Amino acid sequence: MAETGKVNPMHQFTIEPLFGTDHWQIAGYHVPFTNSALWMAIAAFTLLIFVWGGMKRQLVPGRWQMAVESMTGFIDNLLATNVGPAGKKYVPYIFSLFMFILFANIFGLLPFALIGVHSFTFTSHFSATGVLAIMSFSIVLIVGFWKHGFHFFSLFVPHGTPVPMIPLIFCIELVSFLVRPFSLGLRLFVSMMAGHVLLEVLSGFVINGFNAGLGIGPVVSILSFLLMISISALEVLVAGIQAYVFALLTSLYLNDAENLH
Amino acid sequence: MDPQAAKLIGAGLAAIGAGMSAIGVGNVFGSFLESALRNPGAADGQQGRLFIGFAAAELLGLLSFVVAMILIFVA
Repeated sequence: MAETGKVNPMHQFTIEPLFGTDHWQIAGYHVPFTNSALWMAIAAFTLLIFVWGGMKRQLVPGRWQMAVESMTGFIDNLLATNVGPAGKKYVPYIFSLFMFILFANIFGLLPFALIGVHSFTFTSHFSATGVLAIMSFSIVLIVGFWKHGFHFFSLFVPHGTPVPMIPLIFCIELVSFLVRPFSLGLRLFVSMMAGHVLLEVLSGFVINGFNAGLGIGPVVSILSFLLMISISALEVLVAGIQAYVFALLTSLYLNDAENLH
Repeated sequence: MDPQAAKLIGAGLAAIGAGMSAIGVGNVFGSFLESALRNPGAADGQQGRLFIGFAAAELLGLLSFVVAMILIFVA
């Protein structure tokens, strides 16, 4: 069931241990180095190289420094408009978050499979995006309670709420606050997974169409292939937008914690 | 009804949600473009709000996709 011919669209999300399956144990659980961890390391390493190349602090920036500075300037601008002057100290965190997710999404789309290396989009797993969302959410909680103490709860009662409405509004705002980490992690994970499943299903159409012999099959294949090309372009756009949305929503939540309402 | 068939029908019905959120996302970008062309000077300052609206509208469609995936692969 749920397979298009010989292509299983969910197979690409399998986490495979690469090495360390035998002895690496923590509290009775095997902790191997998986393909997910490998691509996380690659994304982090690329980010390190990218930033290190732009740290030369030349007075007249070269191309590389210009690229890094335009990215940091972009995040700086994002925080300045959404959080204000207090947002300056979050630039490193939001920058790392944005670039890490962006690199992860884009690496997952690159056709490394042509040279035999199967790239893996770890942002298509809720365990990875959920941890990123929990990190953002705990920063919001820590900053909010550190800065405002129990006054932070006034976040749940907007100004000018009529007194009889306060219990109801408080509950609604509390629930909407508590589902934030879920919606934050879920959005990134589902949109990455949906795009990859779609591409895989279309590739199943292409393969099965050609296998069906002459007739209507190759027509379906060619049309699906054209659709696949345009969907791939859309996926590159989605990879950027989702990284941006994650950074944007984190900065909005930080704004709540910094400035209350 | 056969439970397997009911699951697949449910997954198909969840696609309605994805279509609805397509209307929502289109509405967000369409309205933005409409007003951005009226006042291009103010458009750049509103891009953050554009993406907040996009994210909110898209999330609901993605949730219906999750429902479909759970029905097909998990339940």
